[in-house]
Amino acid sequence: MDIGWDDLVGSALLGTERRRPSGVVGDAEEAAAGLLDAAAAGVVRRRAGLRPGVAGERPAVAVADGRAELPDAARQRLGTLLSDRSAGSGGHRRGSAPNLAELLPQWLAAAREEGYAAPPEMLPALLDAARARTDLRADALAFAGPRGHWLATLNPDWRYALRAGSGAVAGPEPEGPEQVERLWEEGLFAERVALLTRLRLTAPDTALELLVATWKSERAEDRLMFLDSLRTGLSAADEPFLEQALADRSRNVRATAAELLSALPESALAARMAGRARSCVSLGPDGIVVEAPYECDAAMERDGVAPRPPNGRGERAWWLGQLVDAAPLSTWPARFGGRTPEQIIALPVLDDWQPDLHASWCRAAVRQRDAGWARALLGPPPAAAAPLAAVGDPAKLLSILPEAERAEWVAAFIAAHGLSEAFQMLGVCAVPWAAPLGRAVVDALDIARDAGSYPWSFSGVMGLAERCLDPAAAAQVAALAGGGEEPPDSAPGATAYWGEAFQRLSSTLGLRAAMLGELRSG
Amino acid sequence: MEDSEARWTADQVLALAPDAASRTAGARLAAPAPWSGTGATARAVWGLCAGSGSRPYQTVVDLSGPAFACSCPSRKFPCKHALGLLLLWSSGDGRPAAEGAAAPEWAEEWISARRKQAEAAPAAVSGPGQGPAAAGQDAARKRAERRAVRVEGGAAELEQRLTDLLRGGLAGSDRAGYQAWDEIAARMVDAQAPGLASRVRELGTVAVSGGDWPSRMLEETGLLHLLARGFLGRQRLPAPLAETVRTRVGFTVDSAEVLAGPLIRAQWLVLAQYDTADERLTTRRIWLYDGVAERFALVLSFGAAGRAPELTLPVGTVLDAEVAFHPAAVPLRAVLGTRYGTGLPERAPSGTAVGPALDSYGTALADDPWLDAWPVLLTDVVPLPGRDRWHLADAGTDAALPLLGTDHWRLAAISGGRPVTLFAEAGATGLRPLAGWTRASPRPIAL
Repeated sequence: MDIGWDDLVGSALLGTERRRPSGVVGDAEEAAAGLLDAAAAGVVRRRAGLRPGVAGERPAVAVADGRAELPDAARQRLGTLLSDRSAGSGGHRRGSAPNLAELLPQWLAAAREEGYAAPPEMLPALLDAARARTDLRADALAFAGPRGHWLATLNPDWRYALRAGSGAVAGPEPEGPEQVERLWEEGLFAERVALLTRLRLTAPDTALELLVATWKSERAEDRLMFLDSLRTGLSAADEPFLEQALADRSRNVRATAAELLSALPESALAARMAGRARSCVSLGPDGIVVEAPYECDAAMERDGVAPRPPNGRGERAWWLGQLVDAAPLSTWPARFGGRTPEQIIALPVLDDWQPDLHASWCRAAVRQRDAGWARALLGPPPAAAAPLAAVGDPAKLLSILPEAERAEWVAAFIAAHGLSEAFQMLGVCAVPWAAPLGRAVVDALDIARDAGSYPWSFSGVMGLAERCLDPAAAAQVAALAGGGEEPPDSAPGATAYWGEAFQRLSSTLGLRAAMLGELRSG
Repeated sequence: MEDSEARWTADQVLALAPDAASRTAGARLAAPAPWSGTGATARAVWGLCAGSGSRPYQTVVDLSGPAFACSCPSRKFPCKHALGLLLLWSSGDGRPAAEGAAAPEWAEEWISARRKQAEAAPAAVSGPGQGPAAAGQDAARKRAERRAVRVEGGAAELEQRLTDLLRGGLAGSDRAGYQAWDEIAARMVDAQAPGLASRVRELGTVAVSGGDWPSRMLEETGLLHLLARGFLGRQRLPAPLAETVRTRVGFTVDSAEVLAGPLIRAQWLVLAQYDTADERLTTRRIWLYDGVAERFALVLSFGAAGRAPELTLPVGTVLDAEVAFHPAAVPLRAVLGTRYGTGLPERAPSGTAVGPALDSYGTALADDPWLDAWPVLLTDVVPLPGRDRWHLADAGTDAALPLLGTDHWRLAAISGGRPVTLFAEAGATGLRPLAGWTRASPRPIAL
């Protein structure tokens, strides 16, 4: 009895009272039994006789990853960190257990630095994690390496990993000048930006040549992005091209070109701006005299000065600010009789121009990365009683100082003023925090506890400390976790919460030390 | 027997967690801070965990079970403290006690009580008294006979229902809903044939599964018919096939009884472990493989709904252990007997190409037509991602098989487009990948 399967299905659908498969006899009831018998034989034959299909298109083969395999302990740690990643977002109180989500970024940075390859089986979880958390992306994708890039080309959910700007540096490197040129000429916009950015790190001149070759045919918004990538590896060699870009059709491109040129103190634009700034700022017998420009002429506009002030600002002050921002700081000691930056800043400024002038110098110091001026503008950390009258953005100025000096300044600041104003400054300090800085932060937390406030008023700093405090400080923190009388005027329950918060901090530090140890032991 | 239990990996520990929340909570406790007095021997791990109360919780884990005890009030099992403790231990942070050091009294008490229990259990099975046991056996035989009669009644009724169904035709079943099927399933439960009942319930879902449902429904109806007829005619079947039919209908055999049969001692590599759950039961399937005899064994372990089954075997370890197979036409399901020790694999097992693997599935089906998951080891295969359907292709030929499901990214990741070795369950509609090996390591990677 060998009845076709379709025939059986047809009869089964209609019922044997209406239709019988060929070869099945008897009344409707007998035919139904016969149909079932045939179906039973048929299904076994069908399944046992399955043949393989023909393979469709095969994926490309991933580029080999030459980096070392993770040590076992580190691999397990990564598994734990990745499995906890969903937990960090919950708004509930975390108790005394460490916060693993805070540790993942650091783990990734360390693994990347140590030059390990990501275990392939963990790549899907890693790519998912980095998709949800942009702060992880640069390190996660670098760590994911060529295998991660290969996976991302296959799964639309991970397409973000192929885009530039999300830290996609993991793509296969084009080899040889021909491939580079081809990618530049035929690649997608994202690939081209990534290529340019990458090249600027290693061969800035080659990158510039590529850009110059196609510059005229690029769209305005693309030109802006390409120009922006010149920030990396900026040098005097870029000046002629940037000068040319000052005449670009697009206003945004012109402004960016001007900004880049002004970061090159030797450039002709910087010299022109210095000339203009000098003519506005001079030294009189009673102090610095400011004579802001009366007009914004075509030459100034061409050098990137925006003629229209934002609402609420006078146009003359607006123009002056832009001139001083863009003038090389070396202009001023010469202008003011060889005085040092400290002496210049101490000079009185007439007619209420001081805030404008000093704010401009701050911006110039940041743009030109001038540590001497940054130090002078910051001054010594304000003393405890002194009012906080910050000039410019102290965090940005700090970021220009050498690491040790930065940490010392912030430590002294915290010792005098506590933590409430220090969050952004802490954010620019090198990780792990230098010992004096760590001590200052922990002491300040201890003082806050004694003052009777709740720990969650300091959750931002606590979170930073979990990531940045040197694990060597764990002992100091652990001592705080245990102790403490309830101060008489403290908020109810605060002591217990502080105990938990310190315990969490100390156990997170312990974990951090362990996990870094695992990575470094291999 | 006392030799080292290999330290588990974090994955293996997390596999014990009854739910995602416990996993997260356990992972958070995997730091030294809340713990004190931790220690470990080859058999057990213990520690005190500071909680919200004034007294720390006493947590102890017997690694050989594994079994857990904790003084916390949680009803989850294992609780987060046990998970945290194991994670801490697995990461090497557990400050293990010096060799031979004794556990604290509270832990030692529990551990030794368990050990006594374990030693007493086999004795109870192998030491029957004379008189009462004989009477007991007599009663048991009578009970079995009565049940067989009831199941036969159920099978006959099912046959009638199926015949009626095909007289009237399947058309319209996709709109009829589950009710009629649930009712027949309930009749099968009454008839003490749970295996038939679950297949009947399955039919109800096939009817509404869309696509080419009439063909799939006829397949399942045909197999159900074959099973009912097989049970009614079981006296004429060869003994192993009759056992298979009895098992599929829903008769169970006690583990102790299986262990009383022939035991196979071998180096069993733990290939895969995964759980499936319905509203009543969590079923854990653990695949073992004896590379010397090229033999698979499937160990099942059950837990009440929401609880992890007790038995956990770390994937990638090699158990020197005795295994006894349930009697069947295709012996797969097995009971784990005495364990003598654990080790690590020295090389990845070798498998076959796609074609021979499919042939082995066909051969097994001829012996057990109701087989839904046949273990296959494949060598040099490449996963091919696809939007709707993934495939697995031979590296050397054009042959390919569909994979079940659409999330095989871990498999793709370990392959990187290159051939891998793969362990999978083969079924009528495709492969379910469970573990893979890269060239680099003899350790299977759970998928």
